[in-house]
Amino acid sequence: MLSGREVKMRMNKLQKRILVILLSLCLLTPIGILLPQYFNAGDAWGEWSAQTVNELVGYIPKGLEKYADLYKAPVPDYSINRDNSSIVHQSGYYLVSGILGATVTYIVMLIISMLIIRNGK
Amino acid sequence: MHIPDGYLSPQTYIPLFGVFAAAVTVAVKKVKKEVSARDIPYLGMAAAFSFIIMMFNLPIPGGTTGHAVGSAVIAILFGPWAAVVAVSVAIIIQALIFGDGGITAIGANCFNMAVCMPFAAYYLFRLFSYGSAKKSRVFFAAFIAGYLSLVLAAILTGIEFGIQPLIASSVDGKALYCPYDLKIAVPAMAIEHLLLFGIVEGVITAIIVKYFLKNEPGLIYAFRKGGKNENE
Repeated sequence: MLSGREVKMRMNKLQKRILVILLSLCLLTPIGILLPQYFNAGDAWGEWSAQTVNELVGYIPKGLEKYADLYKAPVPDYSINRDNSSIVHQSGYYLVSGILGATVTYIVMLIISMLIIRNGK
Repeated sequence: MHIPDGYLSPQTYIPLFGVFAAAVTVAVKKVKKEVSARDIPYLGMAAAFSFIIMMFNLPIPGGTTGHAVGSAVIAILFGPWAAVVAVSVAIIIQALIFGDGGITAIGANCFNMAVCMPFAAYYLFRLFSYGSAKKSRVFFAAFIAGYLSLVLAAILTGIEFGIQPLIASSVDGKALYCPYDLKIAVPAMAIEHLLLFGIVEGVITAIIVKYFLKNEPGLIYAFRKGGKNENE
């Protein structure tokens, strides 16, 4: 199996350029919360909280009520503090979540790919 | 398009977990066969790209939000099976770390965005590019592939939402899970993706595929596999 270091050393020019583009995209992620706020757009369709469903249809479906909070994610909604209403702070949390999530995804995918592909050339 | 916990009945999410698991099993075998070790960094970047692009929530002014997924471009560049693995990793990390998409809905969300979408995109691209490596044709085919495959994933999501009132309602007629039926859920999901999010997926797909066509055409899976190059 290749170590992370070897993979990095084997990276070609195009791959390095893509990494830089991905990093830049990470820095732009706050657009993903600023733009919806600016255009007064709410939740994605079908991704409402139980309370919002109550407002929409007049009741909370029993199963939804039971399972909605089944799992507590460590960083829910890409924010470390959802009570902080400052858009600047939320943008910062979102950006950090983006970098964290993208890095974890990148590393996990590298490891999985190395485990799957052992026909190294 | 990330279905949260509590919106799908077990009769829906359990079978979709089964289908997803079967798809991953095949995907692992195919990736082992098709992808060479030197392309491993690309797969890591593809998964990270999918994760990042899904964070760019775009608004329908005064309405809902949505986003591109990145499955289409990954399927064209690295093959649909590699896309299955890469986008699944992104979706599972979104659910586990950020609570974006439910734990019970991982199978369903991966089925829509990481299994059906890349395959739809790949075959749409093959169909519309028709083996041609002409820039304008490739750009057009990649756009159509991204656009329609995201709309398809949205419609599948709408169907999964919409069948819930039929599957599970209490005696007083109230839904147990997603309260909207097919007549509402499918058009809602389809229209917003037809109008905006699908176009964004299409443009992103077209730009990136064109970029690879210019810089590293030999890498593009859709051309290597049964495309123009195979006949040469």
